[in-house]
Amino acid sequence: MSAARPVVEVTSLSKRFGKVQAVGDVSFTLTENKIYGLLGRNGAGKTTLMQLLTGQEFASSGEIRVFGESPVENARVLERMAFIKESQRYPDDFKVKHVLRAAPLFFPEWDAAYAQSLVGDFRLPLDRRIKKLSRGQLSAVGVIVGLASRAPLTFFDEPYLGLDAVARQTFYDRLLEDYSEHPRTVVLSTHLIDEVSNLLEHVLVIDEGRIVIDQDAEQLRGTAATVVGTRTAVDAFVAHRKVLQREGIGGLASVTISGVTDADRAKATAAGLELAPVSLQQLVIQTTTQPTTTQPTTHETEEAVR
Amino acid sequence: MDESRPIFQQIAEQIENDIISGVLPEETQVPSTNEFAAFHRINPATAGKGVNLLVDEGILYKKRGIGMFVAEGARARLVATRRDQFREQFVAPLLAEATKLGISSADLAAMIQKDAK
Repeated sequence: MSAARPVVEVTSLSKRFGKVQAVGDVSFTLTENKIYGLLGRNGAGKTTLMQLLTGQEFASSGEIRVFGESPVENARVLERMAFIKESQRYPDDFKVKHVLRAAPLFFPEWDAAYAQSLVGDFRLPLDRRIKKLSRGQLSAVGVIVGLASRAPLTFFDEPYLGLDAVARQTFYDRLLEDYSEHPRTVVLSTHLIDEVSNLLEHVLVIDEGRIVIDQDAEQLRGTAATVVGTRTAVDAFVAHRKVLQREGIGGLASVTISGVTDADRAKATAAGLELAPVSLQQLVIQTTTQPTTTQPTTHETEEAVR
Repeated sequence: MDESRPIFQQIAEQIENDIISGVLPEETQVPSTNEFAAFHRINPATAGKGVNLLVDEGILYKKRGIGMFVAEGARARLVATRRDQFREQFVAPLLAEATKLGISSADLAAMIQKDAK
């Protein structure tokens, strides 16, 4: 593989809506041809961040470079991006086929034959009005546009609403397949972390407008573990370490820590402790469950974003 | 896939198992990174990392423009490594559990003798 070039470079980016800090002093880089997971709770700032990157919102401060340029009102940059939103709006009289016919106007890399085969995969009625589609079918339209656009930078913002388990699996399978043949940068924002965790190469977790995890998915996996054993043994083992979560019953304790090395594992086994794996979903939950600090409630942030 | 260990290690281990069991004989082509990714539903970069681990160890080698192949002598080398690890990975936990249950090493040896027949 060639050296990874940056596709998105964000420096000290902030976005305020009135009193609400939706994105607060965020810096990160997305490199070419990786699948990213953008994870976080409702109102954490995921959608706002994607709107900023796609030039649909103006930053309050900080800098955004997409393909080396500012994305705001920049056709050169915008035509290389696809942003599939949870609630995409279409003209009232549009049918599915009209969406597919209009798509090449926005996406120079559009593959009409591929879009057609995806329509079959998702069993989408081409002649039906968009307004008459079920929630799942509407999501399928977005998924098809996102995949067939082959945009070098594609955002999927919770694209699965209403999609049943079969259709979601079809989406993941087609995404992997098409990504293998046509590598590009994909950002998947989702709450169904367990379903996508193996697809991701890199994980960004955002909480209260700040990036709290920015790490390679494989490094993340296996470095967090839950230590289970007698309270005294567990406490001795986790002393001076950052504890993500602690539970206990009677004389037993169960503590989740990160940054577990092979040496730690050997030490734990020798101390008679059990080490249980922590899934990406559990890790995200435990990293983002702290109650809000000075930030407004997540509910308010969500309102402001809309 | 098992959550506790990196996926690329598990991919490498599965290829090793297939080489040891003879499913992948020496000098045959192994599936491509994209095929591994699609089959296991994992990121191709992760699958590639697993394959490359075995290339670094000389178990697989690359034929330019064709793909990855099982190296000559790969099976014998893998078997030797696995034998070295056998004691630590299987015998030690077996003895630890036996001690916990009060099974003497003589009883354990008799059990193994009996079941091996």
